[in-house]
Amino acid sequence: MSRRLFPFHGGVHPEPHKRESNTTPIRAMPLLPRYVVPMRQHIGEPARPTVHVGDHVLRGQIIGEAQGYVSTAVHAPTSGRVVALEPRPAAHPSGLYDLAVVIEADGDDRAVAFQPLDWRNMDASALRNRVRDLGVAGLGGAVFPSYVKLNPGAQRIHTLIVNGAECEPWITCDDRLMRERAGETLRGIAIMRHCLAAERVLIGIEDNKPEAIAAMRAALAALDADDARGVEIVAVPSIYPAGGGKQLTYLLTGLETPSGGRSTDLGIQVFNVGTAYALWRAVELGEPLISRVVTVTGHVAAPGNFEARLGTPLVDLIAAAGGELPGATGQIVGGPMMGFDLMDDAAPVTKAVNCVIVKNATLFPPRAPDLPCIRCDACARACPVVLQPFDLYWYSRAKDFGRAQSYHLFDCIECGCCSYVCPSHIPLVDYFRYAKSEIWQREREKLAADQARQRHEFKTFRLEREKREKAEKFAKAAEKTKAAAGAPVDADAERKQALLKAAMERAQKAKEAVQPKNVDNLPPAVQREIDEIEARRAAARDAAEHPADAGADK
Amino acid sequence: MTGSPHVHVGNTSVAAVMAKVMAALIPGTIAHAWFFGPGIWVSLLLCGLFALVLEALLLRLRGLPLKPFLGDGSVLLTAWLLALSLPTLAPWWLYLIGTLFAVVVAKHLYGGLGQNLFNPAMVGYAALIIGFPAYMTLWPGPIGAVDHSLTLWEAFDLVFAGQGAVSHDAVTAATALDTWRTQTRLGTPVDDILTRPMFGWIGARGHEIVAAMYLLGGLLLLSARVITWHIPVAFLAGIVLTSGALHLIDPAAHADPLFHLFSGAAMLGAFFIATDPVTAASTPRGKLIYAGLAGFLVVVIRTWGAYPDGVAFAVLLMNACVPFIDDYTHPRVFGHKRASKP
Ligand code: SF4
Ligand code: SF4
Repeated sequence: MSRRLFPFHGGVHPEPHKRESNTTPIRAMPLLPRYVVPMRQHIGEPARPTVHVGDHVLRGQIIGEAQGYVSTAVHAPTSGRVVALEPRPAAHPSGLYDLAVVIEADGDDRAVAFQPLDWRNMDASALRNRVRDLGVAGLGGAVFPSYVKLNPGAQRIHTLIVNGAECEPWITCDDRLMRERAGETLRGIAIMRHCLAAERVLIGIEDNKPEAIAAMRAALAALDADDARGVEIVAVPSIYPAGGGKQLTYLLTGLETPSGGRSTDLGIQVFNVGTAYALWRAVELGEPLISRVVTVTGHVAAPGNFEARLGTPLVDLIAAAGGELPGATGQIVGGPMMGFDLMDDAAPVTKAVNCVIVKNATLFPPRAPDLPCIRCDACARACPVVLQPFDLYWYSRAKDFGRAQSYHLFDCIECGCCSYVCPSHIPLVDYFRYAKSEIWQREREKLAADQARQRHEFKTFRLEREKREKAEKFAKAAEKTKAAAGAPVDADAERKQALLKAAMERAQKAKEAVQPKNVDNLPPAVQREIDEIEARRAAARDAAEHPADAGADK
Repeated sequence: MTGSPHVHVGNTSVAAVMAKVMAALIPGTIAHAWFFGPGIWVSLLLCGLFALVLEALLLRLRGLPLKPFLGDGSVLLTAWLLALSLPTLAPWWLYLIGTLFAVVVAKHLYGGLGQNLFNPAMVGYAALIIGFPAYMTLWPGPIGAVDHSLTLWEAFDLVFAGQGAVSHDAVTAATALDTWRTQTRLGTPVDDILTRPMFGWIGARGHEIVAAMYLLGGLLLLSARVITWHIPVAFLAGIVLTSGALHLIDPAAHADPLFHLFSGAAMLGAFFIATDPVTAASTPRGKLIYAGLAGFLVVVIRTWGAYPDGVAFAVLLMNACVPFIDDYTHPRVFGHKRASKP
């Protein structure tokens, strides 16, 4: 039972605040009159709507289909009529609107016929395609389409790591899920393992969740011997961010995911426990992903966990938890370490929303004004990635982005440990986000400029070619009149071909050259992130240019 | 705009860090007053007052808010460290000039809190020892080694009027480090030197107890995680290894490592001065190199230099190397094969 663990560098111990919401069972939400279902609920391409205003839909019916490889389907959370298909507020740090299907419930909650899958005997690729159409995406917050991750591809996956660490304070949805639905979760894990053909499964749970650990161990003992083989439930120390994918991988195996790479490079795949449960529902019951467990906690009357349909407006979700108490000062979506301030509580629950925390001034006091960095290196001691945040801060602030990048700015996982411990109260992570977005923006501008240059070069090349060809034609015509027709045509064509090829190669090289160092292996989320960051950029730049110590070095 | 994280550990601030360091200085300061008389209270008071006034003035001049910066405690800590490094019976203007160099030159001309390259207290000390070497010998002798033990009022008199009921000669004495250096250079036998009244059990009389109290305070800082072990351990190891080697080569000319550790400002330097975060190296390996070399330089300066102690110049010299040391000692980042080169 006692597996050797590999503690990662740094980490912090924020107040856990788990008891507020983890003592009551997961509650069901009443059927709401209206659901707002965004098409972008996962990383990658958003789903393409397949319904029109006025259509009648059934619960579980596809209303948005996967579009492109990294994408997955979106389904109707209940039966009813599509009353709008338009941009709506979304739960995003940027406050951007997303295209959503608005469904007016008819109250019958009638479902399409669900088809359980015989996953043990199915063709692997057919199974994955079904998982794509059933809408399963990572429920730990990253919402990567699961069917993609279930494809081992050319890599051999020897270890499946299942993340039940839930290291962020306040959040308890995975805790409750493991306590109440351990058996189903383990069977979902068995499906994952089957797809990946992994020999061993390590389920990491922070030791501040003894009930969840006990429930999972009991369920494991009751599991089919075949499915239980090589599965181990490991209690890991409670230290933030033990639930970070790379941190948990290291903690359990001692293997470091290469910078810019993925855990699959090590033969390891990582899933969240909530995803395993959703996969079980999708595969064994044939039921698409239309609801998830969400923690509602903080300054509300009755904190707890809710089985909320995707599309449930957050304002209704908060109301289900007894509503905000007097003195509420806003909401955080996600945890306090990495979550973001909600801009509009009309935004709905999506596959990415695991927690809503209602703030008040005592639980979340306003940040103290920042002082200059005193190089105390508390941040470096706390950083799980072994960065030197004060250096990154210095270079980000000085807009020396090249140096920031060469000191591995893009390895920063924005976990917030550094800001959390900084005695000068510097919002370090804000600076890092700002620097990253500036670098992306510059790369994008460079790319655009390069493309424009290439277009221009090609145009010049084409014009010259046409001119030359015309001249050659004249010359040929003139020759023809002089003598009988020769055969220089072939050589000529070959020359043209070579010229064209050279131009293409040049263009290709130029394109490769603009691939920025250190940002090449970014996940497909980047495009989306750039959009979001765009919206934050102006504000971030503002913050960076007017810190409390403004003028300290000017 | 502020994004995540939405919480802060809460019990830390620059003022809290500085307050912890000052609290850790209390045992050493009390021991100082016990062995060397109440002069330290006078110099501490003067340095503290001058520092606060100068800091406020400079903040005003630079158009910065007074409250957050005066309240951060950093200037008081600087003043305290300076007072502990200076002889306590010097004229009042010496403390003013020392504080001026520490606060105005070393701190604010470099950009203020967090921006200074050199340790402010040590800059103040160095300026005085270069400019006013004669006054820098006005150390009261330890109790038992001088004829007269001072009262607080007599100390005030000496500092402000220069003369009073007692003369400087009656209460000051050469330090053990000074005596050792001059006497070994004269060829006095070691046994004879060590019986002089300014020598104690293992180091300098009185100073050894004060040093032990600094050690105690330093251990408190370590346990409170205000500092890490790297700098004090490397600093002391630098002293021990260098002085140990010299002592092995020629015991008649070189004092043993214990004497070096427990005289002068070695302990103060190891735990309170070399560890000043702003001016120290900040990577783990960098700290070892920075402090190890500083310890080495302390012994070198004490042995061959012209100054009574080597801590200030050793630390200042290493301060100048910090940007370079930090750049070349970046730790290996998670997921990378090698440490990054600048
Ligand atoms: S914790 Fe804050 S003050 Fe300390 S080194 Fe890091 S950024 Fe600077
Ligand atoms: S936010 Fe980035 S720099 Fe700060 S501790 Fe986390 S990984 Fe390190």
